[in-house]
Order: sequence, then C-alpha cells, then structure tokens
Amino acid sequence: MSQRIVIDPVTRIEGHAKISIYLNDAGQVSDARFHVTEFRGFEKFCEGRPFWEMAGITARICGICPVSHLLTSAKAGDAIMSVRIPEAARKLRRMMNLAQIMQSHALSFFHLSSPDFLLGMDSDPARRNVFGLIASHPDLARAGIRLRQFGQNIIEMLGGRKIHPAWAVPGGVREALTEDDRSAIRSRFPEEIKTAMTAVGLFKQILKTHDTEARVFGNFPTLYMGLTNPEGKWEHYEGHLKFIDSSGNVVADNLDPARYAEFIGEAVESWSYLKFPYYKPWGYPGGAYRVGPLARLNICKFMGTPLADEELGQFRQMNPGAANGSFMYHYARLIEIIASLERIGRLVDDPDIMHTHPRASAGINQNIGVGVSEAPRGTLFHHYDVDDNGLIKKINLIIATGQNNLAMNGTVKQIAQHYITGPKIPEGVLNRLEAGIRCYDPCLSCSTHAAGMMPLQVQLLSPDGTLLDEARRN
Amino acid sequence: MAVKTLTIDDQLISAREEQTVLEAAREAGISIPTLCELHGLGDIGACRLCLVEVTGIAKLQPACTTRVAEGMVVVTNSQRLQNYRRMIVELLFAERNHICAVCVANGHCELQDLGLAVGMDHVRYEYLSPQCQVDLSHERFGVDHNRCVLCMRCVRACDEIEGAHTWDVMGRGTASRVITDLKQPWGESQSCTSCGKCVLACPTGAIFRRGSTVSEMERDRWQLDFIVTAREKKQWII
Ligand code: SF4
Ligand code: FES
Repeated sequence: MSQRIVIDPVTRIEGHAKISIYLNDAGQVSDARFHVTEFRGFEKFCEGRPFWEMAGITARICGICPVSHLLTSAKAGDAIMSVRIPEAARKLRRMMNLAQIMQSHALSFFHLSSPDFLLGMDSDPARRNVFGLIASHPDLARAGIRLRQFGQNIIEMLGGRKIHPAWAVPGGVREALTEDDRSAIRSRFPEEIKTAMTAVGLFKQILKTHDTEARVFGNFPTLYMGLTNPEGKWEHYEGHLKFIDSSGNVVADNLDPARYAEFIGEAVESWSYLKFPYYKPWGYPGGAYRVGPLARLNICKFMGTPLADEELGQFRQMNPGAANGSFMYHYARLIEIIASLERIGRLVDDPDIMHTHPRASAGINQNIGVGVSEAPRGTLFHHYDVDDNGLIKKINLIIATGQNNLAMNGTVKQIAQHYITGPKIPEGVLNRLEAGIRCYDPCLSCSTHAAGMMPLQVQLLSPDGTLLDEARRN
Repeated sequence: MAVKTLTIDDQLISAREEQTVLEAAREAGISIPTLCELHGLGDIGACRLCLVEVTGIAKLQPACTTRVAEGMVVVTNSQRLQNYRRMIVELLFAERNHICAVCVANGHCELQDLGLAVGMDHVRYEYLSPQCQVDLSHERFGVDHNRCVLCMRCVRACDEIEGAHTWDVMGRGTASRVITDLKQPWGESQSCTSCGKCVLACPTGAIFRRGSTVSEMERDRWQLDFIVTAREKKQWII
C-alpha cells in the first residue's frame, strides 16, 4: 500500500510550510513536495493605493527583510517618476541594502542553521537551536548576535528604526547619515570582520564533516540568476540580470531587469500558494533557476573587495564552473557577509553620502514602474501599473523564495530519497529535510503574497498515477 | 465684557460670557478631547467627543458649543464620559479603513492621538471595511476616503476662511462622503483655488499632499487661526 508521510510544520524557517512524501509499493520515495499553505493577498489590497505608499505597505510583507521591499518599491517609484535619484541617495540606499543582507545572513547562519552543524543533525531537537548554541559555543553565539545587531544598527541609523523604516521613498531617501553615525559604524568594523572571518573558517571545517549533506542537499543542475554590474562584479542593487547554467556557461547576459516578463515565466501548481518562476526560453520546469547568495556568487566574475575575493577564489576551487549543491548556500552567505562589511566600510567614508539633498521630486511620467534589487534571499521584482494620477492599477511581485521553489522541491525529494527507505522517519532525517530547505533560508511570508483563492488540495497517488485519496479545502 | 463664574471639575473658574465651556476649561488648564473643533473654524458640535455633564441638565452637552453660564457646574471626565468617548473613537475606527502603520499621517494624526488618549487598546465593534476611493486627480493634493472621519473641518475651512465652498458632504449615515463641487473629481473642480486650507484642517491622513509617504503629513494647523485673527482683528500674531 502506498503511503504519504506529512511533516507539518517545518520549524526554524520564516513562515509556514508542509512537506508531503510519496512512497511507492516497495516503500521507496517516489516523489516529495514542499507545500506552502499560507495565503496573504498583498497584490490585491495594494490596488487603488497611491504608488508613493507602496514602499511603506510592501515593507510590511515581511518583518525579516522589509528593507528589500522598501528599496525595490522605491526603485519602482523612481521609474514611474522617471528620475535619476541623487548620488547621495543611491549610495545610502546601497548601504542600507548591504546592512540588510549582512544582518539577514547572520540570522540565517548563526541563529537558524549553525545549531544543526555544531550540535549535530541527530542531537536532541529541544536543544538544537540558538539557545543550545549559546550554551555550547557562547563566544560564537554572542559574536553572531552582535554581527546581526550591527546590520540592524546601520538600518536603524539610516531609517530611524530597525524594522519597517519608511526611509527610502520614490525619488531618493528622506534623510542622510549624520557624522556621529558614521563614526559609530566605523568603530565596529574590526570586530565584525573578525566574526565574519571566523564564521567562514568554521564553515570550511563543517564542510569536511558534512560530506553527505553537501552531496545530497539539493545537489543537481539548474540555472542561476542574479544581478551583476557591467564588468561582472558582484552586485545587489542595480546593474543587469544574467543567467548561467550548471557548468557556469553564460545562458543570457545584459538582460534589462525591467523587461523580466520577457524571460521569466510564472507557473502555478494547485498544491502550493507559492508560484513557480522559470526561465522562459527553457520552458517549465526545465527552466528552473536558483537565486540568492549561491546564484550571485556563481554568476559574478569577482566580488570587488579583497577579503571577499580571496574567499571567492577558494569557493571557486571547491566548485569549479558553478556550485550546484544547495548546502553551499551557507558558504556563499558567509562570503556575502564579508563583502557587505567591506563595501559598507568604503561607503561610510564616501563624501557623497553626506549631501543634504537626497531626494528628487517629479510627477507621474510613466505608467509602468519596475524595481529590481537583490534581497538577501535573491532577486526581488516589484512591478507597478499606475493610472495617470499615480493610483496603482495592478502590481506584481516576484520574490526570491518563489524563484527557488523548484529547487526547494528538488532538494526535498533528493534528501527523502537518500534517507528514507520505509514508512518511518527517524528524527535525524526529519531534521535533514528541514535543514535542506533552510539552505535557501526561505521566507514564506514574503513569497505567498500572491492573490487569488487557490483551493488547497492533497492527493495520494499510486505509482501508476491513479488517485488513491484526495482531500480538499476551498 | 461680562464675566461669569462657574465650576469645572471642582475648580472655580471665571470666564467671559461669550466663551464656550471648552474655551473656559482650556484656559483653566483642563483638557477635554475634541475632534471636529479647530481653532479658527466655527463650531458645529458634530463629533460628540467633547461631551460634558452639566448639573441640572439631563442630556450631555458638547463643550465646544455650550456657552458658559453663571453658577454652572460642569464635570468633564466622569467614568461615564470616559466610556462614551472610548466608544465614539472605536466607532470612528470601525467605520472606515484606518491602517495607521502605513498611513501618511502616522504619528501626526488627531484620531490616532485620541485612540491613545481614551485608552483604546482594541476595537470592540465589527469593522465595516467599506470600499472607499482615493482621489488623486488634483495636481497638488489627494483625498483618501478610507481615512475620513466626517469632521467637516475641510468643509468649514474652505467655506468660512477661503470662501470657495468647494467641499461639502453628500449621502447619509455611513454612506456619507465629503465631495468637491457636485462630486466632480477634485482636479476638475472649478471652485477650488488650490489654497490648501483643507489640507491644514484635516485631522487624519484623509487629505494629504501628493507624494507624501508614510508618516510624512505634518501640518501647520495654527495657520488657519492666524489668518482668521489677522482678518478679523488686524493682528498678525504667530
Ligand atoms: S476629509 Fe479630513 S477634514 Fe474633511 S471631513 Fe474628512 S477627516 Fe474631516
Ligand atoms: S469637538 Fe465638540 S463636538 Fe466635536
């Protein structure tokens, strides 16, 4: 008799999810699905609002990466106004995005994922969390918490608050940085660089003892997509989009992010609220691509700062062509923390950021505005259609976690196939499934913003595809 | 100038005879919550937040429209009044769609301040969640009916101070809406002089400057009183 094993809910990711594993007659895993059952509907209730308000409203999609929505929304607003924002605003926004990437990655690594690595995947689940880490590795835990706090402090200095700062606006930013804030940021660098370097060193050790995880945690070919600048430098806020394949060959380059609809399709499956974006020319699901830290490192030629470039060199040596194992997301995240720190260090000394007119004003000069930036978890798109007065007629958001949806499903299946051979799931395996998903640091509250009621459907299928059982919720 | 002596909250107070209970109380340092009242505009006693108890009168009286009288005894803050005030504020919140977190007036809103003042920790009534429009047709300002509390301050500022009477109210009950001219889009109104007095008067985020983002709508409300005093008394006092 075929069986379905349900793991619900997955812990230590942002939001809620459910995994279904399908067994065949022989008791082996034939398929596995990562369901997202949360429904939000942001796209619907933004309709009819002035586009200036979008930055504030869409930032509320998420308490973890509000800055990404804020900046991307402000960029879509810049496009509607057709303005080139003042240089000070551009650099300050870049600084905030870097701080956001850094604090979010620190949360992912130190708080959410490192308990698995340092306390062991098979250790007591009650202790395998950040509190267990504080007990066993107090210095590391404290340093990680301080690193994240540093990122949050920068966001707070710029935006006036840690979470949901209403600071980036269409046309620029509301306020510049003060001299006091600059010195406060400077003074923390030595400590934070040290923490980041320790973490990356630690992860290289972890890799040695986690060979199986590296091999079966989402290790398969897909495309990779991200922003990069014209020279191929690692980018997070502007530039163009690039796709490479699993061997590192360029599939498409110099793509205008505003024309995303020409090369990104969005498929819908009845069993998840999360859409399935894919690279259009390769079709669905063949055009599966990954975004986020792993993709950004795979597609860039260099990081552009010394410490990060040195680490990228080692990363490349380990993963020639492109890194295809999602376990490497953790490594990529740590390298991005280093890069973000180094770049913030440069920006804070840039005289441009002290200019006191960081905001341009203009009316509605385009009816369509697309904003694109790299959120910690990957490329984020905000697309607004407005009427001639600036009221939103339609919005489309493509979120990082959505773009990793196909890869997350593949990861769940690969892990299930490797570790499960019968109807029972030992705790260690259960956690490996969750850890596989946590490689992507998925943020499900963001990615299920999409509108339209989709009934939740659970199907039990036999090996020949006949429906054995079905449950529906409308 | 005749002077009247009255008692407000056990305090003996003398006031000029043309003063309202609200003015007399304020002069004595006693604050009474208000919403439709705004210095410089005529009082209409519409919002009922300033209701007070007057000994000898069974019905509660709005302090903003009740004149002082000799020997009057007024209570401004009994438990009964506090209960009513909280109820009024909750009903205002329940009637339209007030989402403070993303509102242009967040932090500078009289309705929000009132919520705090009356201790509104939640709303006990069912939200009506009406479908309301945002009119951005005016080149400088916008009006979002989701946030209007029908205080009519815009109507009075436009009529009494500017003299244009662009604003008015149509409909009844919860279907009432402020309108410009005969319900034309604001940008097509022929009477509107774009003076911006309604923007100064509005207590919430309902009327705002175009381009405002979250929390950005601060207003210099005193300017309305400044104009009225200048016009009527030939005194330019800031
Ligand atoms: S638009 Fe503002 S001033 Fe006019 S009635 Fe509504 S809340 Fe009062
Ligand atoms: S302030 Fe007196 S009734 Fe509104």
